[in-house]
Amino acid sequence: MEFAELIKTPRVDGVVLHRPFMPTVEGTLCLTGHHLILSSRQDNTEELWLLHSNIDSIEKRFVGSLGHITVKCKDLRMIQLEITGMEECLNIASSIEALSTLDLVSLMYPFFYRPMFEVIEDGWNSFLPQNAFKDLESMTDEWRLSEVNKDFSLCPSYPPLVAVPKDFDDETLKKVATFRHGGRFPVLSYYHKKNGMVMMRAGQPLTGTNGRRCKEDEKLINATLRPGKRGYIIDTRAINVAQQAKARGGGFELEANYPQWRRIHKAIERYNVLQESLIKLVEACNDQSHSMDRWLSKLEASNWQTNVKEILTTACLAAQCIDREGASVLVHGTEGTDSTLQVTSLAQIILDPGCRTVKGFQSLVEREWLQAGHPFQQRCAQSAFSNSKPRHEAPVFLLFLDCVWQILRQFPCSFEFNESFLVLLFEHAYASQFGTFLGNSAAERARLCLPEKTVSLWSWVNRPQELERLTNPLYEPNSLVIWPSVAPQSLLLWEGVFLRWNRSSKCLDEAYEEMVHIIEYNKELQTKVNSLRRQLAQLETEDPLLHTP
Amino acid sequence: MEHIRLPKVENVKLLDRISHRRRRVGTLYLTATHTIFVESEAGVRNETWVLHSLVCSVDKLAATSSGCPLLIHCKNFQVLHFIISKEQECHDIHLSLQRLSQPERYDELYCFSYKPNVDENERRQEWDFLDLKADYSRMGLPSSLWKLSPVNQHYKVSDTYPADLFVPESATPPVIVGSSKFRSRGRFPALSYYCKDNHAAICRSSQPLSGFSARCLEDEQMLEAILRSNPCSDFMYVVDTRPKLNAIANRAAGKGYENEDNYYNIKFQFVGIENIHVMRNSQQKMLEVCELRSPSMSDFLEGLESSGWLKHIKAVLDAGIFIAKAVAEEGVSVLVHCSDGWDRTSQVCSVACVLLDPYYRTLRGFMVLIEKDWVSFGHKFSHRCKHVVGDPKEVSPIIDQLLECVWQLMEQFPCAFEFNERFLITIHNHVYSCQFGNFIGNNQRERIELRQKVNQTQFQKDDF
Repeated sequence: MEFAELIKTPRVDGVVLHRPFMPTVEGTLCLTGHHLILSSRQDNTEELWLLHSNIDSIEKRFVGSLGHITVKCKDLRMIQLEITGMEECLNIASSIEALSTLDLVSLMYPFFYRPMFEVIEDGWNSFLPQNAFKDLESMTDEWRLSEVNKDFSLCPSYPPLVAVPKDFDDETLKKVATFRHGGRFPVLSYYHKKNGMVMMRAGQPLTGTNGRRCKEDEKLINATLRPGKRGYIIDTRAINVAQQAKARGGGFELEANYPQWRRIHKAIERYNVLQESLIKLVEACNDQSHSMDRWLSKLEASNWQTNVKEILTTACLAAQCIDREGASVLVHGTEGTDSTLQVTSLAQIILDPGCRTVKGFQSLVEREWLQAGHPFQQRCAQSAFSNSKPRHEAPVFLLFLDCVWQILRQFPCSFEFNESFLVLLFEHAYASQFGTFLGNSAAERARLCLPEKTVSLWSWVNRPQELERLTNPLYEPNSLVIWPSVAPQSLLLWEGVFLRWNRSSKCLDEAYEEMVHIIEYNKELQTKVNSLRRQLAQLETEDPLLHTP
Repeated sequence: MEHIRLPKVENVKLLDRISHRRRRVGTLYLTATHTIFVESEAGVRNETWVLHSLVCSVDKLAATSSGCPLLIHCKNFQVLHFIISKEQECHDIHLSLQRLSQPERYDELYCFSYKPNVDENERRQEWDFLDLKADYSRMGLPSSLWKLSPVNQHYKVSDTYPADLFVPESATPPVIVGSSKFRSRGRFPALSYYCKDNHAAICRSSQPLSGFSARCLEDEQMLEAILRSNPCSDFMYVVDTRPKLNAIANRAAGKGYENEDNYYNIKFQFVGIENIHVMRNSQQKMLEVCELRSPSMSDFLEGLESSGWLKHIKAVLDAGIFIAKAVAEEGVSVLVHCSDGWDRTSQVCSVACVLLDPYYRTLRGFMVLIEKDWVSFGHKFSHRCKHVVGDPKEVSPIIDQLLECVWQLMEQFPCAFEFNERFLITIHNHVYSCQFGNFIGNNQRERIELRQKVNQTQFQKDDF
């Protein structure tokens, strides 16, 4: 089908555009198959170049024959268009609505995007599981890379290659897969070099009401325990929720069958509860009443900060079990595709300095989110301004990024990347010209031929010009395990995302630039000092009379 | 020294604030000025010093198996939790510290005994470091529109006002004195800030003694004089920083607020900042929220909301913004008052000055601002900060709020201030510590009397 069929009016002149913090402009509005474009023809640039896939909803109202369209975006921006002429306005509105609600993945922009830059390193190949495994092999020989899921038939949401304990053959894994939700049998998530402890993740065990058991599953996770030591199972559901899951065929690991494991329940919210939380938070941020009481009570009622606290606390718990207790950990919720991944990826940020580098963090997102089968397409279909009936949307990844930002703020020198990088990932998860976040699993991405047909976000981001503005000038590489505070006083609202369009960041940006300059200048002076010292040393060896006492 | 029943106790435990299981063991000393805890861990000489003047309350808790707990809350929000082995020792320390932290007379205060190595001349110079006349001179005064009035040279017109006051050129002594008789505590409208670019001014006073219908010709003439000293505007604002209800209630006591009908070309405005009692309770509630052990996010946010603390900070900032806009954008002069004109009025004038004039955002400028709108204009530091034993209802964190308002501005405009957060915290500390003489007493007259009695050390230059 042709995009042109959906575009009732491709072009309107004399449209007035209102954007946050920028002067109002008047120009020509164009609708293409993928973008909303406005150009005032000044300076040879377009003031607006908006992906339809970034649009959550639009509102229209009329004052006489002047139509106002408010475009509400998934990245929380709101822009206004003033269009004279009722017919044009209605046409534009309905065209935008049609174009922004297209369901078919193959119609999305990444399939049509031609990069304007040279792809030096293909991001689709930057983080292959084989390469990640090589790092693991250098630290331990207790694991192997299995191809049992090569054609995705065993577990549709897992990648084709997974790390499993080396003594377990593929046949055993097949049996274990039948015992776990969605076929998501326990796989290695993280190996802690310091003490050899591991973190695994899975879907819930399908114990059901009959107390079904799977000896292979028990053996598999027991294989990660040191002799005589216990392990921890972190179930991201409240205990009563886990009990209720039995009625639907799910459940939790029974103590009798897993005697060496201690089970801890840490309830983390999921699905539409999270989406509601986001909607309420954004509504609170956009509340114009400017009353302190209303702000605080709306903020509290949204529960967003509570969600951040819960996730961070659970991640800290997992990290403590591994680092402080020296025990292995298995994390699962129901499906193992949402809260599980939040916990395992955050725990790695805490434990592993490598995950705090730019490449390390990208690798973490690839491993623990993309390849691990977090259903991005479903979760990020709609954001906070959506009008349509919610299906599978939830800001799970955004919450993860928020938690990372909290840790980044508490440890400003421990991350190679800065806040802008996290905001960028948020934006691209919801709408992007790159194919990285399309699809819901490695299987879907393979089926859609994404690596061949689209450009990877990493190809673009890892170019020096982009990395420059995403790197943290305060970064000092260290090998520490960093423990964030989860006290309510320590967790702040992520203004960079939620108040981004409400309050100009001009003064904060100035301060940031100042900081960058000071650090650069400092480095220059340090280089100069070193150079002068070398010169002095040289002169001293040449002329002994110059030798300073 | 006679208040120290027990100068030294051994085997005292100091509990960690966050985790009560972590504790340090050492010796507790009481000196004339400080409580000192010295850790006895081998090789570690960790000392914790707490000035008596910074101690807000000392509470003896119920004895446990590990000993007798003593909880010390400080005015800078530090909390120390000691466990003293013997009940009698705890009792003695408790009583001693209570007495030491609640001096009954000014000459017991630390500033009178604090003697750093500074010679006499330098010390005297430092007291002149912040010459307020220099700040008014910087504003371009005296000028054809504003003059220095000698009317309060001997504090006879208002004993809580400074000796040097700027008034409109056209305000004659009879008008000033007449107006002062119509104002609470004689605090007639006087200049706080003058914007030489557009002649708009910020004046401050206390409430008029208008009751339900009283009028005073001189007070009306005073306001008219202020209006006329701004040739660019044909009206002025009168801002009452109290909630309307409180102002109305004051009328029954023969005080109140300006009636627009009686005063020539004024636009009257309430900005609703609560009184000192509300602020005292608000801070207390907020501190309780902060001291909750393992609160949930909801507990914290709900507690923060119910304390109302941020709401009050916003109210002060909003008022300051209103005045700054009136001066900078409208070019209109403003008269600000509350009840007595030394609490909310000081806060709101200071905030407006910080917004309007970059000078007050420098290190020196900020010190000048505090000296001007707080110290010289008679904010009752000793009463509000409980320097000596007095009426607990007079205690209120008014200066705390001003410092927090400035901090909020610094967070939003990080490049606009010459000083950093540590400067504000240092000022906060020393407002309460009485280590230096700047904030002792309740007004200029009291301070001069006290200073004449004993030699004191000045604050700012030392800490520079």
